[in-house]
Amino acid sequence: MSAITGRGPGAPRAAAAAAPAGAATTPAAGTAAAALLAAAVLVAIVLGATPVVRAQVAVRAATVHTMAGPPIQDGVVIVRDGRIAAVGTAAQTPIPEGFRVLRAAVVTPGLIDAHTVAGLSGQLNVPPDQDQLEPGDPIQPELRAIDGFNIHERLVEWLLGLGVTTIHTGYGPGAVVSGQTMVVKTYGRSVEDAVLLPMAMVAATLGAGATTSTPGKSPGTRSKAIALLRIELIKAREYVQKRALADESKRPGTDLRLEVLAQVLHKELPLLVTVHRHQDILSALRLAREFDLKLVLDGVAEAPLVLEEIKASGVAVIVHPTMYRAGSPRGGSETENLSFETAGKLRAAGVTIALQSGYEAYVPKTRVVLLEAAVAAANGLAWQDALAAITIDAARVIGVADRVGSLEVGKDGDLALFDGDPFEYTTHCVGVVVRGVVASDKTM
Amino acid sequence: MQRLVSAALALSLAAGVCAAAGAPDAFVGATLLPISRPAIEHGILIVRDGKIVDAGPADRVAIPKDATIHDVAGKVIMPGLVDSHSHIGGPAGGDDSGPIQPECRVLDAVDVRDCGLQKAQAGGITTVNIMPGSGHLMSGQTLYLKLRDANTIEGLLLRDKDGRTLGGVKMANGTNSQKDPPFPGTRGKSAALVRARFVAAREYQRKIQLAKGDPSKLPDRDLALETMVEVLEGKRVVHFHTHRHDDILTVLRLQKEFGFRVVLHHVSEGWKVANEIAAAKVPCSIILLDSPGGKPEAVDIDWRTGSVLEKAGVLVAFHTDDPITDSRLLLRSAAFAVRAGMSRDGALRGLTIAPAQMLDLQDRIGTLEKGKDADFVVLSGDPLSAYTHVLQTWVEGAKVFDRDDPRDRLWAVGGYGASHPQSFTWCCADDEGKHGAEEER
Repeated sequence: MSAITGRGPGAPRAAAAAAPAGAATTPAAGTAAAALLAAAVLVAIVLGATPVVRAQVAVRAATVHTMAGPPIQDGVVIVRDGRIAAVGTAAQTPIPEGFRVLRAAVVTPGLIDAHTVAGLSGQLNVPPDQDQLEPGDPIQPELRAIDGFNIHERLVEWLLGLGVTTIHTGYGPGAVVSGQTMVVKTYGRSVEDAVLLPMAMVAATLGAGATTSTPGKSPGTRSKAIALLRIELIKAREYVQKRALADESKRPGTDLRLEVLAQVLHKELPLLVTVHRHQDILSALRLAREFDLKLVLDGVAEAPLVLEEIKASGVAVIVHPTMYRAGSPRGGSETENLSFETAGKLRAAGVTIALQSGYEAYVPKTRVVLLEAAVAAANGLAWQDALAAITIDAARVIGVADRVGSLEVGKDGDLALFDGDPFEYTTHCVGVVVRGVVASDKTM
Repeated sequence: MQRLVSAALALSLAAGVCAAAGAPDAFVGATLLPISRPAIEHGILIVRDGKIVDAGPADRVAIPKDATIHDVAGKVIMPGLVDSHSHIGGPAGGDDSGPIQPECRVLDAVDVRDCGLQKAQAGGITTVNIMPGSGHLMSGQTLYLKLRDANTIEGLLLRDKDGRTLGGVKMANGTNSQKDPPFPGTRGKSAALVRARFVAAREYQRKIQLAKGDPSKLPDRDLALETMVEVLEGKRVVHFHTHRHDDILTVLRLQKEFGFRVVLHHVSEGWKVANEIAAAKVPCSIILLDSPGGKPEAVDIDWRTGSVLEKAGVLVAFHTDDPITDSRLLLRSAAFAVRAGMSRDGALRGLTIAPAQMLDLQDRIGTLEKGKDADFVVLSGDPLSAYTHVLQTWVEGAKVFDRDDPRDRLWAVGGYGASHPQSFTWCCADDEGKHGAEEER
């Protein structure tokens, strides 16, 4: 247990404290999810595994960053049945008898990685563990992240150990529309157990990152990529109209691909567009205006060149990792002009930002938002804004701020514990709590 | 900051930061981290003619009357960082024709105008071992360079007292160098190919010895074998890319058989065989990454490697392997090692004197000591803090990076144009025109 030892007053009451895993499910998740969870618990019992016992946990820290107000000095967070039950100063927040008490210098909300491919992309980097991009067809919105996510992937475990409790993951950059994304916890028995949003966004890429050099294949150019996407969106719009025809015999058959794009057209799903060059950023904004889409910009290495346009659009931005490789302009790198300061400049312009680990093709196989926020904080992004970009602001951008991202009563009991300033390289993450369960007690 | 030396001097004069040749510079008030001894608060560093003249506490170091004073109160000065493994400048060694090509020189490939060199200066790196890649068992000759402001590769070279260019040889085992024939397809074949070439080199060496200088008895020159003889004679250190525990032991086995001097590089699984490495008295140049994986050999890479090796008594240095990690973030690697249990002193040595030892340069660089090259960095704070910036980088008494210079700052933080190769015509005509005019006034 290292740095987070200690028990509350009185004897631990594991049995009394235990709550069914399903207790953390939101009412909104519906009966289907509850049934799945129940099934998962049953399977776990049948297989001889012990279902997760949700002990009651309190965390006391010299500094509590709630992200819902100023930091609390000598604060306490009470987590009951997987949810935050109380947050306040130690003097005003009594720890109930029997609660397990974790101690740390600093506690933050469980960190949120606003865009990754971890879990679909694995650490081995061999074909069997790379499910973040389906080759062959440039537009495949029907591909679901939930069907490819491996919750026991070691990259996911690595992120968890460094305080990341929620990730927005799924199909990655590299195709005009590569597939769907999801929001999921980094800890759980199964994807169903851990998922917050099974469908979060539809992942798209514009610019050279979406093109192919294979002869005879499209898109081979930026313009062709946009054309393909416009054609498909128009097709989806017409599909919606035809599906609503009074005469059932004239309605087209169900098309999974167009069904998903219809959700994008109806703003039920944001279009997440990975884009780096300034002209491609503007292309994405143009496309969103044409089809009245809910757009989220991703990457945007050249955002400082078009700050005004991004700000005017009101679009949120998931900024490229600071440590992304710039690459060589001679190699046609899209990211040659990225900067440690992109996040700071966007935030200063009033743009809502979140940080991400992104996609890495080689060693290291993923970045870590905790380490990204540190570099951003050292390069123009205010400290609190940097923490917000991997907690509450990230939660807002990916649509789960009602569940995670801040330490507020009723939200999920997800916390990251540190023995100092979380951004300092030599500080350790000394514990991670997910839905009231100590999911990691490693010192990392 | 790629400029002609004259242009750099002109700029420095105009900015009033560098005294004329012969006159000393005094850096006053910083915390000095000499590495060779404990930190000195409110220290003074005296530099003259590219060398360190003195470094010590304010009450012991006399500032020469003609010295240019640099007020660096509140800053931290440490030796220039030594990156024992980098690929800046687009180096290349052997081609696809075969797995063992020691005759290929990085010297013939490095682009001194590549922005990677400026970014390395911005990261506080003053000496770098630029290597060809790991896709060969032996991919060629590496180069030890000083990151001076120079216009040619010759302007960056380090030479010994006989004028010989300094560098090592790059070797690799494990998966990177395994591919279709004529490359090996297995680990056993990799070792066999290497052994066969070393045996051949030994026989070549013997023929040269037997000739006793008689040209009629000398074997025909063979550039590959000549290089390998330099390795056998200890004149060239082998820089050996190796990840897995078993591959590391294979290197030690080869080293024992042929007696070459070797530095183990990366050693992802070095923590599994730390005692064996220590017993072989072989140093390790390690890399620390944001996450494990990216290839099967790197899944067990661990931030604790530095700590485990240090405790076993192994000499440890950190490298960037740029572009695997960014040259501007080398300090961060040392900080991660400390996070995982390495001593602070050991980590700071791992950025400076330890890699200098691995490059046989410990008498010239790596500490702030009298007589050594005036290679140092001025930091805004603790070298292991995430919030610290490299403010200035000095090589042999000349400032090669200044965060206050907008062009240098672009390389430090990135942004539009930061990755463009540096155009000599553009950059230096601009400087010479501007500062030449100022000089005339």
